[in-house]
Amino acid sequence: MSIHKLGGTPLSDEEFKKIIKEITRPNAKYLMSAGQAYSVFFEGLRRGKIIGTYCERCGMIYVPPKIFCPYCFTTLDKWVEVADEGKVVTAVASYYSANMERLKEPQIVGIIKLDVPGRTFTSYRFPGLLHRICGASLDDVVSQRIFDARVKARWRPSEERKGDINDIECFEVIKT
Amino acid sequence: MKTNIHVKNRVAIIGAGLTLFRRRLLETPQEMTWIASKKALEQAGMDFKDIDCVISGSAPDTFDGVHMKGEYYSEGAGGFGKLHFRVFVGGGTGVFVPIAGWWMVASGLCKKALIVAEEKMSSAADPHPQAVFRHIWDPLIEKMLGPNLIWIFALEMHRYMHKCGVSKEDIALVSVKNKANALDHPCAQAAAKISVEDVLKSEVLVYPVNRLDISPVSDGAAALVMVSEDVARRYTDNPIWVAGIGFNLDSYSWTNRELAYPLYLKKAADMAYKMAGIENPMKQIDVAEPYDPFDYKELHHMEGLGLAPRCKAAELTKEGVTQRDGDLPINPSGGLLGVGNPIAAAGLMKVAEIFWQLRGEAGRRQVKKPVYTGLAQAWGDLMQVGTVIILRR
Amino acid sequence: MSQPVVLGIGYSGFQPSTSHYNIREMIYEAAAKAYEDAGGIDPGSDVDAFVSCQEDFWEGISINDEFVPDQLGAVLKPVYTISGDSLQCVLSAYSMIRSGAFDVVVVESHGKPSEILTMRDMILMSYDPIYIRPLNPENVFVFNALEAKAFMEYNKIDREALGRYVVSSLRKGLRGRRNPYASIKNVEAYLEEEYVVEPLTKLDFAPYSDAAVVVVIASEDVAKKFSDEYIKISGVWSVSGTSSIVYDDLREDTMTKIAARKVFDMTGIKDPVREIGVFEIDERISHVPLMVIKALRLSEDVNRDLMMGRFDEEGDLPVNPFGGALSEGNVLEAHGLARLVNAYEILKGSLGSRRYSDVEKILIHSRRWPSSRTTTLAILSR
Repeated sequence: MSIHKLGGTPLSDEEFKKIIKEITRPNAKYLMSAGQAYSVFFEGLRRGKIIGTYCERCGMIYVPPKIFCPYCFTTLDKWVEVADEGKVVTAVASYYSANMERLKEPQIVGIIKLDVPGRTFTSYRFPGLLHRICGASLDDVVSQRIFDARVKARWRPSEERKGDINDIECFEVIKT
Repeated sequence: MKTNIHVKNRVAIIGAGLTLFRRRLLETPQEMTWIASKKALEQAGMDFKDIDCVISGSAPDTFDGVHMKGEYYSEGAGGFGKLHFRVFVGGGTGVFVPIAGWWMVASGLCKKALIVAEEKMSSAADPHPQAVFRHIWDPLIEKMLGPNLIWIFALEMHRYMHKCGVSKEDIALVSVKNKANALDHPCAQAAAKISVEDVLKSEVLVYPVNRLDISPVSDGAAALVMVSEDVARRYTDNPIWVAGIGFNLDSYSWTNRELAYPLYLKKAADMAYKMAGIENPMKQIDVAEPYDPFDYKELHHMEGLGLAPRCKAAELTKEGVTQRDGDLPINPSGGLLGVGNPIAAAGLMKVAEIFWQLRGEAGRRQVKKPVYTGLAQAWGDLMQVGTVIILRR
Repeated sequence: MSQPVVLGIGYSGFQPSTSHYNIREMIYEAAAKAYEDAGGIDPGSDVDAFVSCQEDFWEGISINDEFVPDQLGAVLKPVYTISGDSLQCVLSAYSMIRSGAFDVVVVESHGKPSEILTMRDMILMSYDPIYIRPLNPENVFVFNALEAKAFMEYNKIDREALGRYVVSSLRKGLRGRRNPYASIKNVEAYLEEEYVVEPLTKLDFAPYSDAAVVVVIASEDVAKKFSDEYIKISGVWSVSGTSSIVYDDLREDTMTKIAARKVFDMTGIKDPVREIGVFEIDERISHVPLMVIKALRLSEDVNRDLMMGRFDEEGDLPVNPFGGALSEGNVLEAHGLARLVNAYEILKGSLGSRRYSDVEKILIHSRRWPSSRTTTLAILSR
């Protein structure tokens, strides 16, 4: 029967390794400019602050900042410092790293809805950051106790800060 | 966007074809594209020389390892020397390709279009195809945290579970159903008879996601033949019409929104329903293939599509409504969980399934109730894209 | 049947380097200008769909489609990407409007080659991985050079003629608006240049530029609500080449031949030499426009016509009269839209109003660069 009637030729892992003809390691390197908005954000991180931009028309605050509001399509030039604490919107416990290597201890990561003094946001649209969460256990995640927990940024010492998202070591659960 | 009354040319699908979906296939991207195209053309009663346009789709170039890969694999579909372009909306591509094919034929520019989707994930062999997803993040901010793809799904799944009060057991029922459905699919990669306990006991990758909650990495290709009305009537007595199309893309700032409900999917679905004249999808859609790369996604998408009230999709699953003999069969093919997930080809596989279901040609997978209107949906990017197509007999 | 028209255009960049701007901020600027030029349209309420033309490996992000909507004001709207040259997006938008289901479609494309550190490796990645890539040539443009050599020998075009084309194009760029590389050179200087890869020298390759271009396309009926000034798209067609240019017959541009036949048929053009006033052709590698001129049957003896100046600003077959990619720079997939912007400005009278005021139709051409011959042609008309 022809290959097309069969629909293809499946291979096992060992067979696959035998038929490999060429191996390419893509060498893809890029130098990306941060642009205006992110440059201010990174400088803010270096100084221990979380900076965002603010749209007067719809009231949304963008963290990380944008110089345009995607919903209103207007240029944003108002900057605001948001609090470095907030509450956990969702969290998970990862047993794998980015390279798919198994970790011994699960890493807790989550999305944090950041506080903005004098402002409230709906659960639909809000300034939120993805980051590591510390001071939480696997059980906190499984039991869903972690939801709505209050967390605060644990900053690296100022001499170690480089102006990137890792200047915040993690968001630590505030123990009441 | 206008409703269907402004569109003069109706578009029909008259043939569909799939390769096997497997973790590794020997065939090159061109060969896979050729196999799927040949099968679709045979069902349509046509050959490559009859085709005037090829519209194709494939997800990240990094999988196949070829930059500008549209030209590379389209040779297998006879794209050389013809009109061809490659569309790309991340995971939503599989259902988007026939959407683009729809307007190419509805505009009159093409009369006989070959719609093709292909993915060769096994080429990204070292360390593992999943590692390709290291590069989908915002390169200056999120990437620095070293995230892996499963984080986003897990975050969304957990938020959905929390907001809707859905348990892992409820969600696991979807994986059980789809893998069982896939036992009747000749191309299926991951068909199996499993239980809820098997899912819960499988390895935890990123809590709450276990290994059996996820669809596998696959190689595969799929193809459709889409033609104008006059051509359809010459070739077949049983054309399946495209009644509605919809697509929508949300912002990349996925950490700034409520993840428990896919608003972008609702908008894409509304666009398609409006075009198809559907006001009550739960009653008017007879069979649906929502995208299920993870089991909770089927529930999430059912709600976004309006096929279940918010937070109630799990109940419908528990009650058996979404089984093949139920009132609203969902993923009778076995979905991505059962058949496999060669990203773009998986979405097109779903469209092919609806095509076969509406024609009564789905064999052992044929759903019990009579079906006139079917829906296929795909999703992708950073929790951003909804693509929807509605077919009608 | 809805007639698609170009309602407005906007762009940012066309500079060798734009390091103070992130690419999304450049696209925002281009989009804001385009919406304004289109009569002040609001992307949230007036636009039905958005399409972007880009390639992952030029961006450095897999699934770059994720980052398209925000800067166009297209969040929670119908948006998609085509992995191809931006004229293919124009083709798709044209088709969407002709289908009757969409009235206003925004097309966006951009290129930021200044951010790509490993350009050679990226280009090599676009070649067939089993048969061509392993050849690992020192200069990845050797495949284009093979095409140049085959074409020039078969059509008896000598280096001096090619040099004449390059020199005249660099000079034409001085009159244009977006040409950072325009200059005055002479043919002697060209002939003294060393080969980078025979028969091509450094001057035969367009240097890189960063740019973002946004174009608003609408159906004529709806366009009238926003503006009286728009340019019609009479026809557009694309023909796909193979992945690796060396698989085609290198002596002639077969893809342009097929595309031209279809486009002229679509637009009812019987005599392109007489009916088309200006030709905007892809010249990112200098021999390509000559191949296209031959394939379009604009000239029986390209060598002679080049030396006679028929393709110059004052000639009867002006090719890129305000500069093409050689003086504009190679903006990767945005190239097709860059040609469209020139054509649009000429037909609107904002470029060259004295000389070209009676031009009715302009042909735009763009290829995929550099490994494939996929060709898209479009005709813009008043």
